[in-house]
Amino acid sequence: MTITLRFFALGRELVGASELRYVFDHPTVTVSDVVQRLKSEYAVLEQLPSFLVAVNSEYGMNDTALYDGDELAIIPPVSGG
Amino acid sequence: MFSTEEYERYSRHLLLPEVGEAGQNKLKNASVCIVGAGGLGSPALYYLAAAGIGRLGIVDFDTVDRTNLHRQILHATPDIGRPKLDSAHEKLAAMNPNVRLELHRTRITSQNAFEILGGYDIILDGTDNFATRYLLNDACVLLHKPLVYGSIFRFEGQVTVFDAARDPKSPCYRCFYPTPPPPELIPNCAEAGVLGVLPGIIGSLQAAEALKLILGIGQPLIGRFMLFDALAMRFSEIRIPKNKNCPVCGEHPTVTELIDYDEFCTPQSSSPSHIHELEPAELRELLATRTILLIDVREPWEHAQSHIEGSRLIPLGTLAEHTHALDASQEIVLYCASGGRSAKALHLLNERGFSNVKHLRGGIRAWFNQA
Repeated sequence: MTITLRFFALGRELVGASELRYVFDHPTVTVSDVVQRLKSEYAVLEQLPSFLVAVNSEYGMNDTALYDGDELAIIPPVSGG
Repeated sequence: MFSTEEYERYSRHLLLPEVGEAGQNKLKNASVCIVGAGGLGSPALYYLAAAGIGRLGIVDFDTVDRTNLHRQILHATPDIGRPKLDSAHEKLAAMNPNVRLELHRTRITSQNAFEILGGYDIILDGTDNFATRYLLNDACVLLHKPLVYGSIFRFEGQVTVFDAARDPKSPCYRCFYPTPPPPELIPNCAEAGVLGVLPGIIGSLQAAEALKLILGIGQPLIGRFMLFDALAMRFSEIRIPKNKNCPVCGEHPTVTELIDYDEFCTPQSSSPSHIHELEPAELRELLATRTILLIDVREPWEHAQSHIEGSRLIPLGTLAEHTHALDASQEIVLYCASGGRSAKALHLLNERGFSNVKHLRGGIRAWFNQA
């Protein structure tokens, strides 16, 4: 299945892209799987203690199951005012 | 109920069936506290004052700087150097003399947050740092007050409303961002830059949400986290549920009183940055007696305008990649414009094993003020 990742704010800076596409061979993939793969490829993301993950505009939990074509948004907090 | 002047002033509100005389009266009897009279606070204050909110509290301790003017539209060129509160008071009193303005000339802390915020119906977050944002969130949860949240970064903004009193199933900020990021990682407007109009958009959305909450109309952004991207010119929205494990509003909260958030936002491993602060006079003495490495962590254009003689320019954003070329045993003093970025740089160096590092309290502004 193919999952599209969209990055916001500092996530975009740390990853150096606003969008990535991940392909998984196995049929059951969760938010946690994608985040683990992302962090293994972009260790710099470990610096963010919390970021919000949305799956197709709904709040994504670690065990939220993903399906082919799902879109994951990685949203770190921002603080400017 | 209203004077002739008020009937005329608010006539376009009174024409709206959703507002009318009853709604306008709700606005007149309402109070909103805006924390921060900067980028977000400027449009929010202007529109809430214009709308005829009865009582507006403004919390700010800062003075107007020339670099504020491209986005903080409450303040103008002649205000440079004046307290933002004075500048805000002048503009808003002229805009609508019917509004009672209450000026809180202080930094909001765990000591004064309940006292200040407790006096208002709605709190609007116009701050520029995580420490205060987490403090406002926790204080509003504990006080059961609605918090209209807005935050910006470069071309992006985030807006939402936290109001568990209105919807017990709705989240607070910590439901989805339980802990703040380390300070050295997150750049603020001074470091990251920001599109000037962006806080205008986000602060105006916050004002609209505050007005809706008071009027009790429409669908408030409660439980909906709205993202704005000015480059794509796109709004997107994420539905956020309450987190039963939330440290402040969950089933077993661990945050039951306000804590010292400056410490909380500082990496646990290093000591508080104020211990490593040097007063300008102390730095002068140091420079006269010993050889130290003085590092300016501001941007090249700031360094080009003015700098302390003998200092080396290493912008905060590039400091991490320069640490290998620095001698970890050398005495280092860091400075920036006002002390924020140098504190972050200090944490970064501490984490990489530099132990003999201090930074200039109040930055180059204090250095030249006390010359």
